[in-house]
Amino acid sequence: MSHTLRRWILALGVAGLAALFTAAFLELPDFGRGGHPYGDRSVAESLGRHTANVVSAVNFDQRSFDTLGEESILFTAVLGTVVLLRQTRDEDRLPPRPARVDPWVRRYALALLPVALVSGLYVVAHGQLSPGGGFQGGVIVATAVHLLYIGVDYRALERVRPVGPYEVGDAVGEAAYLLLGVAGLVAGASFLANTLPYGTFNTLASGGTVPLLNAAVGIEVASAVVVLVSRFLDQAVEITDADGAGEEAAR
Amino acid sequence: MNGDEVLIAVCLVLVAVSATVAVAVREPARQALVLSVLGLALAALFTVLQAPDVALSQLAVGSALTPLLILLSVRKVRRRGRRTGEDEEAGR
Repeated sequence: MSHTLRRWILALGVAGLAALFTAAFLELPDFGRGGHPYGDRSVAESLGRHTANVVSAVNFDQRSFDTLGEESILFTAVLGTVVLLRQTRDEDRLPPRPARVDPWVRRYALALLPVALVSGLYVVAHGQLSPGGGFQGGVIVATAVHLLYIGVDYRALERVRPVGPYEVGDAVGEAAYLLLGVAGLVAGASFLANTLPYGTFNTLASGGTVPLLNAAVGIEVASAVVVLVSRFLDQAVEITDADGAGEEAAR
Repeated sequence: MNGDEVLIAVCLVLVAVSATVAVAVREPARQALVLSVLGLALAALFTVLQAPDVALSQLAVGSALTPLLILLSVRKVRRRGRRTGEDEEAGR
């Protein structure tokens, strides 16, 4: 194909995309406009099921099957990471030496660790009431644990973070979501249907299955992120090529 | 322009600037830092646009997790690179 022809084809494609894009934008509702047909309906549905946070109602009730897919994407991605970043036969494992941490960094990290942990758990538990939920809270919990690595050292982190249980937690969270879906089937409704009593509006025990699904996702995401970071940390800090090249591994 | 629009405009500019810097910076470790600032700017934008759920995700993943994973990967690659560099010198 000649150079000129190729350029014409590109120009045609770009012009077509620009035209479609412009046409699509002209049909969009105005920026920042109040009402939206889908928004109005999902808000009404969410209030009807006593879920104060409409985003959670959409994620874990109205479109909970979507969320199952998203949860599985993370599960599969972490599984892939575990397989790819395992220690191979030509690699050695050298325990890293502890490194000096600035006392102010240490104090800051250690003071913030419980705060971050509680915030994460709070965000998971209040997913049906206020912004956040299993995914956001799970990531906060998982990153909070790693303040130990910044504030103390790698060995302190390893002591509170045996990877095995977190790998189990990852699978348990994923399985719990599926089982809650099957519970809907057993109750005589459809897969992932919200069959529990809806409870009192704006309390922790409201929203039927929404808080339970939230908790399942929270467990899965927190465990998955811990496993993910642990594999990357292993590679960066511990695992070296066979001839002991990683002597300068500080921590 | 009312107050909300000013806030949105400021956040949009912040996002555009930090995203451009993230592309312009070539050094991966620095890029990780800029990405974390970009995550913060995006989180602010989402909050102003009344999407706090998305802002929380952005903050957790974009500002904390992604830079951390990039930094760890950079460290691993550098260590391996240094070693092959030594090997080359020894072989010379």
